[in-house]
Amino acid sequence: MQETKTYKKQFVILSLVLLVFFFANISLGSVSIPLKSIFGSIFGNNIENNSWQYIIQDYRLPKAFTAILVGSGLGISGLLMQTLFKNPLAGPFVLGISSGASLGVALVIMGASTFGGFLSTILVSQWSLVIAASIGSFLVLLAVVMVSVRVRDTMAILIIGLMFGSITAAIVSVLSYFTSAEQLQQYIFWGFGSLGNLSWSELGVLSLVYLIGLLISIYAIKQLNTLLLGENYAKSLGLDIKKSRLIIIVATSLLAGTITAFAGPIAFIGLAIPHLTRQVFKTSNHKVLLPAVFLYGAIVMLICDSIAQLPMSDYTLPINAITSIVGAPVVIWLLIRQRKMMF
Amino acid sequence: MEIKKQHIVLKTEQLSIGYKSKKEETVIASNINIELQQGELVGLVGANGIGKSTLLRTLTKVQQPLSGHISMDSKSIDSFSNLELAKSLSLVLTEHSFSKNLTVFELIALGRQPYTNWIGNLTEDDKTVVSRVMEDTSIKELQHKKCFELSDGQLQKVMIARALAQDTALIILDEPTTHLDMYHKAYILNLLKTLANKTNKTILFSSHEIDLAIQLCNKLIVMSNSEVISGTPKELINMGSFDTLFPKDLIVFDNDSGSFKVKK
Repeated sequence: MQETKTYKKQFVILSLVLLVFFFANISLGSVSIPLKSIFGSIFGNNIENNSWQYIIQDYRLPKAFTAILVGSGLGISGLLMQTLFKNPLAGPFVLGISSGASLGVALVIMGASTFGGFLSTILVSQWSLVIAASIGSFLVLLAVVMVSVRVRDTMAILIIGLMFGSITAAIVSVLSYFTSAEQLQQYIFWGFGSLGNLSWSELGVLSLVYLIGLLISIYAIKQLNTLLLGENYAKSLGLDIKKSRLIIIVATSLLAGTITAFAGPIAFIGLAIPHLTRQVFKTSNHKVLLPAVFLYGAIVMLICDSIAQLPMSDYTLPINAITSIVGAPVVIWLLIRQRKMMF
Repeated sequence: MEIKKQHIVLKTEQLSIGYKSKKEETVIASNINIELQQGELVGLVGANGIGKSTLLRTLTKVQQPLSGHISMDSKSIDSFSNLELAKSLSLVLTEHSFSKNLTVFELIALGRQPYTNWIGNLTEDDKTVVSRVMEDTSIKELQHKKCFELSDGQLQKVMIARALAQDTALIILDEPTTHLDMYHKAYILNLLKTLANKTNKTILFSSHEIDLAIQLCNKLIVMSNSEVISGTPKELINMGSFDTLFPKDLIVFDNDSGSFKVKK
């Protein structure tokens, strides 16, 4: 598809906005650090205050990068889901993909204790969380797709997604009944969602898997555009529907799965960001939407995280609460303006 | 009447269509032998539920035939890959489940997908084709409009333009005139006629507009309970084929006007 308009200006502005919020995010926090020291620390100059150095380099900087990956990754996986299911209300959280990832994580964190000490140390490593979460989301997504092939009604798919969410939640509560208080606490804290718990090496793992998911999404751009015509037309244009579906599902599971493994199940970002983007860019062309969703997702997540920090105070709110407060009204607003709900 | 032998685009031999389940075969129609030539406008008519859609689905390889043979350009359609088929056959369907958020230009440009690179960038050639088909269907002034802003008639023209952009020898349309008023029904079918003449593509459509089809088509395929026959409208009228289309209690075919009349 051709860009009948050029979007260069919007992209430049959005990138600048992203940069501004990135630095704003780093400079806000319970300890106030002068801007000069912040820049100094980021660009490798030694600054006089060691604890500032530590706060910035080992806490705020990885947190800001995590926010960018989480926001953009969830936004993109939401976009892929909305096109695949031809449903404007689809998203990783709504379709039960996040629940699938939660189940994977729950099995690893809580299930590991039942295997005893030796296995638990192997199981609760970074990679096992990532793998379990990705497999969990992949399986749930596959199940939703399989049902959706039989059930054509788009609203039914959402309800099926919610049902899968309930099933996984039920299994998680059964698991938590048999688990130790410590591990249950670990799981519950994970469930609040947090961007700030990642070390640089964990961030490395997240980035790597994220990058693979992103590259697959870029590869799928043409197929996503074809799918906008509906499956029968897409087939008549020579598209291998089954293969495209699989590619899109794999990309989504990698993105949503790993992000959920590291940052907890984060609500509404995946659903709301693609819509906000369409409102501004007024196109369905994925060649424009994909980079735009990336930028919007990253910006919104940085803002949500800055709010969660409650600037000038010692409290940090769970990120999930903030994204829900921002995201839920967006969904209600979308439902009221039915006609504008387009994928 | 044209004497010279034209190039045959689609041909069926002893085709039998229907549904196969594990236990039994449900035959909907059999012994179908049709030949579509280059540049022909062909109408497929028949009563509701007679199997027009099944025939079109079989011809477009969506559904397997029970027996018999379908060939395009003298090659069996089984030997076509998805992409090859996309370059030889384009469709206009009754479903409108595509994203209405696309602009007219974007939607038509999607017809170029079998020819574009991995990310779907349009070359200058692609843009020329898109622009030409918009002129052919006279929708150039709509190109920046979103699909949800269009009327049913405009949308149908856009879908036809999209099929044209796919640049295939054969275009198959499933009931392109439903939901349209009388003027637009005639307009769309007349447009198909003009396009078949101008672009030398073969256009096959199913329709309930029998009188319009008789006036415009080079060839008609008539599906009735007993048989599937094809011929020029004149031949079919002389053979009395239209009399077999419907039960005779309410409407009868009037040979002189070439249309159905309510019994008085």
